[in-house]
Formats: sequence, C-alpha cells, structure tokens
Amino acid sequence: MSEHADTAHPALRHHFDDLNQQHAAGTLGMWFFLVTEILFFGPLFFTYALFRSGSLDPSFQNAFIAASHHQNITLGLTNTIVLIASSLTVALGVYFAQTNKKKPLVLMLVLTLLCGVAFLVIKGIEYNQHFAHHLFPGQGFHWDGAPELARGGQMFYILYFCMTGLHAFHMVIGIGIFIYILMRAMRNDFSSDYYVPIEVSGLYWHFVDIVWIFLFPMLYLIDPASKH
Amino acid sequence: MSADDHVGSGNAKHGFWRTYVFSTDHKTIGLQYGLTAMCFLLFGFGLMLLMRWQLAYPEEANPLLKNLFGENHPFMPGGVMMPDFYNQLGAMHGTIMVFLGIVPIAVGAFGNYVVPLQIGAPDMAFPKLNMASYWCYFVGGVIMLASFFVPGGAANSGWTSYAPLSVIATDGQTFWLIGMIALITSSLLGAVNFIVTIIQLRAEGMTFMRLPFFVWAQLVTAFLLLLAFPPLEAAGILQLMDRVAGTSFFLPSGLVISGQPLQVAGGGSALLWQHLFWFLAHPEVYVLILPALGIVAEIIANNTRRPLWGYRSMVYSTIFLGFMSFIVWAHHMFLTGMSTGISSFFQTTTMIISIPSVVILTALVISLWGGSIRFTAPMLYALAFLPMFAIGGLTGLPLGLSASDIALHDTYYVIGHFHYIVAPGTIFAVFAGIHYWFPKITGRKMNDTLAKLHFWPSLLFMNGIFMPMLVQGLAGVSRRLYDGGAAYAHAQDVLYLNKVMSHSAFGLGVVQVIFIINLVWSIKSGEKVSRNPWDATTLEWAAPSPPLPHGNFETLPVAYRGPTEYSVPGSSSDFTPQFQAEES
Repeated sequence: MSEHADTAHPALRHHFDDLNQQHAAGTLGMWFFLVTEILFFGPLFFTYALFRSGSLDPSFQNAFIAASHHQNITLGLTNTIVLIASSLTVALGVYFAQTNKKKPLVLMLVLTLLCGVAFLVIKGIEYNQHFAHHLFPGQGFHWDGAPELARGGQMFYILYFCMTGLHAFHMVIGIGIFIYILMRAMRNDFSSDYYVPIEVSGLYWHFVDIVWIFLFPMLYLIDPASKH
Repeated sequence: MSADDHVGSGNAKHGFWRTYVFSTDHKTIGLQYGLTAMCFLLFGFGLMLLMRWQLAYPEEANPLLKNLFGENHPFMPGGVMMPDFYNQLGAMHGTIMVFLGIVPIAVGAFGNYVVPLQIGAPDMAFPKLNMASYWCYFVGGVIMLASFFVPGGAANSGWTSYAPLSVIATDGQTFWLIGMIALITSSLLGAVNFIVTIIQLRAEGMTFMRLPFFVWAQLVTAFLLLLAFPPLEAAGILQLMDRVAGTSFFLPSGLVISGQPLQVAGGGSALLWQHLFWFLAHPEVYVLILPALGIVAEIIANNTRRPLWGYRSMVYSTIFLGFMSFIVWAHHMFLTGMSTGISSFFQTTTMIISIPSVVILTALVISLWGGSIRFTAPMLYALAFLPMFAIGGLTGLPLGLSASDIALHDTYYVIGHFHYIVAPGTIFAVFAGIHYWFPKITGRKMNDTLAKLHFWPSLLFMNGIFMPMLVQGLAGVSRRLYDGGAAYAHAQDVLYLNKVMSHSAFGLGVVQVIFIINLVWSIKSGEKVSRNPWDATTLEWAAPSPPLPHGNFETLPVAYRGPTEYSVPGSSSDFTPQFQAEES
C-alpha cells in the first residue's frame, strides 16, 4: 500500500522510480550546486587574502585595518544574529513539513522571509552610511586617514562592496525562492512524503548564511579592540 | 506497481514549441546542442579561414570578400584586413571553438543524448534544468555574436582575456564577459545534472564498474566543469566590475597607457587574472579531450570486437587525471616571473599528469591488438584520433618543462600542439561519434562512401595545417603576428609554410561540404537499419531508433554484465549485450 502511494504520488516525476529516488536526486543536486557556489566565492576570498596579507602591496595590511574602523559593528552583528535566526526558522520549517504541521510550517517560512528582508534593509542602511561618508570606491572616494593608506583603503571598500553585494544578490534570490516555497506550502503541496523543495531551498539558505559568517569577521572584526 | 508503469507516462502530446523548441526531453536538447554547436564550429572555422588568408597573403585584398565590406568598413576595407580585426578574429575563434563549439557538442550534445541511454535512464535527473542550460548556452552564443556589431568590434584581447589589456579594451570585451557568464551558468547547470543523473538514475544492475567508458569520461568531465568553472565566473564578474564599475582587481596602480597615466581606484594585480583564468582553463583542456576519449573507446571496442583492454585502469586513470588537472595550471604561466620552486612544482605535476593520459591511450592502442577490426566510417575517425592525440600529447611535453617552455612560449609551436589535440583529435572523435550514433538518432546509417571521401582529405589537410605550425614554432615565429611573420627577419626561412597551411585550411573547408551533404542527405535517404546496426553491447542499442520521446525504452533495461563483452568464449555470437539476460 505504501509502495503504491509512493509510485503514484502527484509530486513524482515520470522519470524517477519512486519518491525516495527523487528526494535523493534533488538533495544531491543541491549539494553539488553548493559546491559550485563555494568555488564561486572562492576567488573573492582568495583576492581578499592576497590583498589583506600585504604580499601584493605591504601598505594594504594597515590600510585594511584602518578601513575596517569605518565599519558599523553593531549593524553587522545585528545582521549576523538575524541571519542565524533565519537559519533556525528554515530548519524548523523542514521539521514541521516532515511532521505534517502546516500552520507552523507557514509561520516559519514567513519568519524566514521577514529575517531575509530585515537583513537587506539593515545592509541598505549600512551602504547608505558608507555613501554618506564617501567610502564608495571611484571618483568620489574620500579617505580621511593617512594618505599612504588611501589606495589600500579603497581596495578594502572595493572588496567590501563586491563581496557583500554578491552575498546580498544571493539573499535576494533566496527570498524569491522562499516566496515560491511559501506559496506552495499554503497550497498544501508538502507533507511528510514530500518536502524536498523546502529541504533543498533550506540548504541554499544555510549556505548563504555561512558565507556571511565568514564575511562578518573579515570585513568588520579585523581590529575591533582599537575601534575609535 | 513496478517502475515500468509510469515510464513514458510523460509522453503526452505537446505542441510544436514544447516538442521542438522548449523541450525537456534529453534527446531533443542533445540535438539542439549538437546543431547549434555545429553551426558555431562552422562559424569559428570561417573566422579562422579569414585569418589564414591574411597570414598567407598579408594585406592583400581577399577576392571573395572584396565587395562584401565597403571601402570604409572598419574590419576589412575593400577586403584588406585591419590589424584590429585580426585580433578580434583571434580572440573570437578561440572563444567560439572552445566554449561554443567543442564543449557544447562533446558534453551538451553527446553527453545529453547518449549518457541517459547508456545508463538505462528514461531522462536526465532534472529535465527543466537541462532545458535551462541549453537556453543559457544559446543566449551566451547570441551575445558573443552580437559583440561583432558594437563599436570597436568583438573582444580582441585573446580568448584568455589577459588583464590589464582586456580591462582597457573596447566594449566588445564587456559583451565577451557577459556572454561567458551565461555560458558558464549553462555548463554549471549541465554539470550538476550529469553528475546526479549518473549517480542516481542508473538502471538496475548498472554498477559503476559496468558503466561504459564514455559515461565515466562524461562523469569526470562534469566534475571538472563543476569545480573549474565557478572561479572563472567569479573572475569574469570581477573583470566586468573593473570595466564598468571602476574597480581595480586586475588593474595595477601606476599604469601608463599611450603616455597617459591611468587613474586607478586602489590598484590590484594583473597576475591574479591569469591565475584565476588558468585555474579554470587547464581543467577545461581535459573537458575538451575526455569526452572524445570516451567516444573513441566505445567505437574501438565495438569495431575490434574485443573488450576494452584495461577498462579499470582506464577508469582510474581518468579519475586521477581529473584530480591532477587542478594542480597544473601555472605551467601556462612559466614566463610570469614565478620562482623556480613554484615552477618546479608545476612542471612536476605536469609530467605526472601525462602518465594517466598515456595509460588511456596505450590501453586503446592495445585494444586494437588481435581484434578483428571492421573499418567502418566511425572506426576510421576513431583510429585517426589515436596518432593525432599522441602527437598533440607528446608535443606538449616540452611545453610542460619550464626551461624549454621559455623558448617555445607564444610561438606557433603552442598553437600546433593544442590544435593537434582538439582539431584532428577531439573533432575527429566528434565526427566518429556522429557517424556511430547517427543510426540511433534517425534509424538510418550515414553514407559510407561519402564518409570516406570526407575522412581521408580531412586527415591530410588537418596535418597540412598543424604540422607546419610546429616547424614554424621551433623556428621561433610568434603566434601573435598579424602578417604571419612577413616583417620578421627570423621567420623568412619558414614563411612559405604559411601558404601550405592556408591552402590546407581552405581545402579542409571545402571537404566539410561533403560531410554536411552526407549528414543532411542521410536523415531522409540513408540506408534503413535495425536498432542495433553495429552489433554493439551497451544499453542505448536496446532502445528503438530513435528512442521513445520522454522515456526512451519500451521497458527499462537491466544491465547484466560489463559494457564491452565482445567475443565471449563459448558464446554463440561475437557480442553479448549488457541488456541480454544470462543464457541458461
């Protein structure tokens, strides 16, 4: 009987034998996609390491420290907490899907979306502060520290905007995915038999979260003790 | 309920658009890839013919194109090629052949069409992703073609797009980068799909050591794409930022262009681009050759009527080769002033990676020994592949040693070396594959006489093009001279070879017409054949020709044995297919 339910489930695609195989294929695919994502962020972290280490230009070491003093650690920390909270709600969402609890599932998905939007709003406030302090690289860049560190300071902000920008782009995609998941959850698409989409979207969300966990110390906590 | 009941249940009637254009069936997508890639191969070849005219007859008006371009056209005024246009052709020939031609046909077309059939799967694991990956490729191709029409023409900084030249180049480079991002996205989606399909959707009994070697080659290729392409995507985005957003990842500070110091925000490293590029592009070389080795292995086993010699060592060599290909990239950069310690490391790994390649090639050659060889059309191409790949591989050794590479770097020797691998190598394997699987796709064979008429002159002309390049390179002719060395004192002794190469190239162009005629004619009028015309053993021959749309097989096959059980002692026929149940 259960096997019958398995091979006739409406969510089963025609080219899979059963839901287990479909589940395994879906999660495996997402894991491999995350491998590509790690390698995608790899060169950015590599570039950061190259510049930060001073092996390209020794003045970059102190410049990065000086530049990081302009970062708002309070907002950065708030965002870190918001993202970790959102990872918890995603994990709970998967749990509630597995246990057929639709209302808590929908609640968790809504909370996740709210956390994601809150992160982007806070990121926007930070960007706005950087613009106001003329820290956006390019013609308008203004460096009020030691002039010999200006080049390195600018490189820090180039990396900062590129890395957090690409991270924020991943967040936007994640929010899009979770809006879709939420709509499907409200349509009763998920049950203990079939929750792969939530699980794989959750994997993606956790990954984007982890990227931030690395970005936060690299871009905010280089030298927190001597701030101001 | 068994799995068979819903096989083919996706076989609902779709309209024209869903059946032929936005299809999710791996076979249709494979054919879309194949046709698009063949058009790009022809186009990229055409760009090369323009270059070859210029190299043989520098600054003479091209008689065929005299009237096509006006007197004031920036590319070829009155049919005479401008140096800038030559640079565009060089960059775009490389880009189109590698990223829009060979990879899509070897992986996108053959991989898509054959892999699910050979593992006995009804489709790829993610059919919609598969469609998305084709359309990303298509969009990337359109962007690349469109770049010829922007002011300043297409990208002209070489297919490697070295910074800082590429960062300050004309707008074509921006198109190139955006096109590459689309193509990389396509390859990544495809790679995830292939890996999951091969791991998850193998038929009952199809263990990893029963996979046809072609599937192994595709699996390792998919891993290479998966791991090597994302860093280039990131590097491409960084270069795009450098060009459009004023960042300076790859622009060093203090750069002076035409006597004017360049205003650089920050100041990064030009060498960083080379590292990121070659970290992709060396594994990419194996992406170009592994599927070809897979095709050739299938055809050699089938036409010698013998099992592949050393199947396991071939598989392990392929995996080892895939792994090693990630730690050899800096042998492209021996001239960047790296320390001897680092160059020693990379030349050692480069020598090590030649071992698995030699193991695979030797296994294929030994497979011929004692076989009762059938000289069918696909077998001819496959046989020609072996010595051509060997020449390409052996001429690579001096380039892998930093001492000899210093002399040979950036000469025609390098061009000759890698073209021996991809042109008479991979492209012959592609021809072999097209002739071999054509009956599966259409139910008809391609014409044998026309195939031979195409094969022999192609083999001759290919060598006529690339062998003289090795000679010119050893004489020290730089690969980047737009007049082919006419104004270069040291090149005078080998200058006559330019005409030999160019006329061979034109000849090669002419004989491709025979192939195109054969391909088109055979679709409707080729000899009708059974579903297993080559008496082959792998699972794709258990399916009807063409295989059923959305489902492939009437009933899903079971793999009872290894992939190349030919001439089994005591068996009544000289082949025992994987799908044939045990004889009692």
